[in-house]
Amino acid sequence: MWKYVLKRVLLMIPTLLGVAVLIFFLMRVVPGDIVELRFAGESAFAQKENLDKERARLGLDQPMWLQFVTWMWGIARFDFGTSMWTGAPIIEEIKLRAALSFQLAVMATLIAVVLAIPLGVVAALKQDTWVDYVVRVFSIAGLATPSFWLGIVFILMLLIVFKWLPPMVYTPFWVNPWQNMLQLIWPALAVGYRYSAVATRMTRSAMLEVLREDYIRTARAKGLWQKLILSRHALKNAMLPVLTVVALEFAFLMGGLVVTEQVFNLNGLGMLFVESVARRDYTLTQALVMLVALVFILVNFTVDLMYAWLDPRIRFR
Amino acid sequence: MRRYLHILVIAIVAAALTSPAMAQDKPRYGGELIFAVPSEPPSYDGHREETFGVIHPMAPHYNTLLRTDPNDKTGTKLVSDLAESWTMAKDGRTYTFKLRRGVKFHDGSEMTSADVKASYDKIVFPPQGVASDRQGQYVAVEAVQAPDPYTVVFRLKWPAASFLASIGSPWNWIYKADILAKDVRWYEKNVMGTGPFTFVEHVKGSHWVGKRNPNYWDKGKPYLDGYRAVFIRDSAAQVAAVRGERVHMQFRGFSPSERDSLVQALGPKITVQESPWDCALLVAMNHDKKPFDDKRVRRALSLALDRYQGSQALSKIAIVKEVAGVQVPGTPYATPPAELEKLAGYGRDIAKSRAEAKRLLKEAGVPDGFGFTFKNRGIPMPYEPVGVWLIDQWRQIGLNVKQEVVEAAQYYSQVLRPGNYEVAMDFQCGYIVEPDLDIYKFQSKEISPANYSRYTDKTLDELFLKQGRAGDAEERKKYVREFEKRLVDDEVHYFYTLQWHRIIPHSSKVKGWTITPSHYLNQQLDAVWLTE
Repeated sequence: MWKYVLKRVLLMIPTLLGVAVLIFFLMRVVPGDIVELRFAGESAFAQKENLDKERARLGLDQPMWLQFVTWMWGIARFDFGTSMWTGAPIIEEIKLRAALSFQLAVMATLIAVVLAIPLGVVAALKQDTWVDYVVRVFSIAGLATPSFWLGIVFILMLLIVFKWLPPMVYTPFWVNPWQNMLQLIWPALAVGYRYSAVATRMTRSAMLEVLREDYIRTARAKGLWQKLILSRHALKNAMLPVLTVVALEFAFLMGGLVVTEQVFNLNGLGMLFVESVARRDYTLTQALVMLVALVFILVNFTVDLMYAWLDPRIRFR
Repeated sequence: MRRYLHILVIAIVAAALTSPAMAQDKPRYGGELIFAVPSEPPSYDGHREETFGVIHPMAPHYNTLLRTDPNDKTGTKLVSDLAESWTMAKDGRTYTFKLRRGVKFHDGSEMTSADVKASYDKIVFPPQGVASDRQGQYVAVEAVQAPDPYTVVFRLKWPAASFLASIGSPWNWIYKADILAKDVRWYEKNVMGTGPFTFVEHVKGSHWVGKRNPNYWDKGKPYLDGYRAVFIRDSAAQVAAVRGERVHMQFRGFSPSERDSLVQALGPKITVQESPWDCALLVAMNHDKKPFDDKRVRRALSLALDRYQGSQALSKIAIVKEVAGVQVPGTPYATPPAELEKLAGYGRDIAKSRAEAKRLLKEAGVPDGFGFTFKNRGIPMPYEPVGVWLIDQWRQIGLNVKQEVVEAAQYYSQVLRPGNYEVAMDFQCGYIVEPDLDIYKFQSKEISPANYSRYTDKTLDELFLKQGRAGDAEERKKYVREFEKRLVDDEVHYFYTLQWHRIIPHSSKVKGWTITPSHYLNQQLDAVWLTE
């Protein structure tokens, strides 16, 4: 087991290195220039001399290989540098938004899991009854509804019916839980609903498959309680694919909620990501891609470890 | 006696009727103004940045030497700010500014001419490695001197008609000399001004907060306890924020449909201020590419446009409206409508203009159905509707135009600067309505790096210099008109589509703020107050 863990941890290094190379060169292939955008954006009156000064200041006049080596050397020392757009340390830029994105991802995941697992199990147990049909309609509607659209509906409903709008500024949970919830519960519901639809469908189909397995039939033949069969044998085994879906979705939520963040004016990582790409803020985009890649790798790694706990037949080598 | 009684009754009734209105007009102290800002400051240094995302949240922390009158809708009348008075020498080459006494920076130190000199030295003669975005607008400045603590003298190389307007630039914040001497880049990450509000906090991506400066030199101001700028990028979210009364306003502008939805939802709770905007979409025609090297073809493209009908139709869906030349309508150097109608493409008889356009194309040997690609910048409002309108107008004279939309980030570097286009959309936006700033870009390509039509026109260059050095306003007006005629009528190097139109719907609780043609002006917020 420990050998497996060590092997996986070591494998993270070449994976992250591959991501680093890819994002570094991809960003430079994309046409456009942060300096042009910053100084010639609104008035289009930038002087060449000023543009050159700024390029030199940002190190963009150096050969590409040197820029790459400098960046990698920084990463090796956990120094991601400063944002080319704001000049602020990248760690600071990310830290500001990561708390909100993380909380939103956790809230949406909780909503999804709380909805999806009971609904998926009930639908499987009551297959082809009206209960199953209701759950299927609920989940298919969730799959078909983009979360940002649901967010817009929430906003309009709150505005038109209640003449109220969630707060526009993020208040950390530990500062004021009520204000925090007032702002984040709506996007969490909008995202959580779609997320739960995916997980409900997965839970239902996994449960249906497991319930037809020989060991479930054996358990029933032995006269085990239905509740025990479900919790100890069926659900635990059916959770493997559900866990994968939930985990991957969680990783996606950490940086992928661009439109939802826009609709609710949330200061999260998704918007930061899009803005940094649009501004050609190379250093910030690179750091964000590395962060998301790291989250995906860690989540996958955790899921793999949890497989062994859920299914003892799986042995790591 | 009865007569006097009548008069008394009338007086009482009149007083009763007018007093609430008068009370409304008397500024009230207190409250926090909350406004949305669609952009965010890249750095805190106004001398080096150019986005309104810097001006809107930060201008209340600073003063400039001169400013535009906060009550002047044209945004062209200059009044004193830190300079109490100013004089110009007879030769027009020396300006002397007398500074207010007792003005304090937010740290309590006194502001003197040394601070003004240090700030202007940074703007006009920036040290190595320091960017000054508008340095080119001060080429006439030879030296800035501080003969005594309350006097600043600007010596110019030649008389410059736009000099005072440049000194009234909303970007030229007065910084503290001691700080600049220690670290010329200090202001990129810090705030220290003399303005009506002191800095409280900036949470990146979220908001900016300022609070009332109790030691402000303009006694009795500001009226607000503070302000909060909330960064909201998405326009739908900005509208929702105003509608949900989470913010009082957004100072850049909304589209006509956004204005209508707010008025419909909020009724008397919303007040709308509108103005022509000192921004315009222009059509650049590449003189290096045939057949656009022929002025008959360029003239035909402008003659095809029915600007008046376009104004009516587009102003319902886009932030464009006024039919204008090189100056914002209603401002001192703008050409009156009757005069404007004499220029190519500004005539009221569109059938006649289009017949003339077709004749010119034929004369230039351009066949019917001739096709070209029109490159447009990938920004939806107002580039997209104006682009579609242009293509429709050109089809009316038998041209077959294909639109190619290029992402905003690469538009200047990949399309306009290298001349990689036949006909393309260009943009002009000023922070103050002033001919020097508004027509600078149209000089020959050897002088103006922003001349994307890529022509050389010595006559135009001479006219630019003449208007810029004219002794009086009337003389200057004459040269500006001549410049305009040559640019859009005689040579048609460039032409204007429609002037942008600025629409600011704001909470009716907000008083003391007047719209101007520039979204960079009138942002100190010292005169703004809230009714409740």
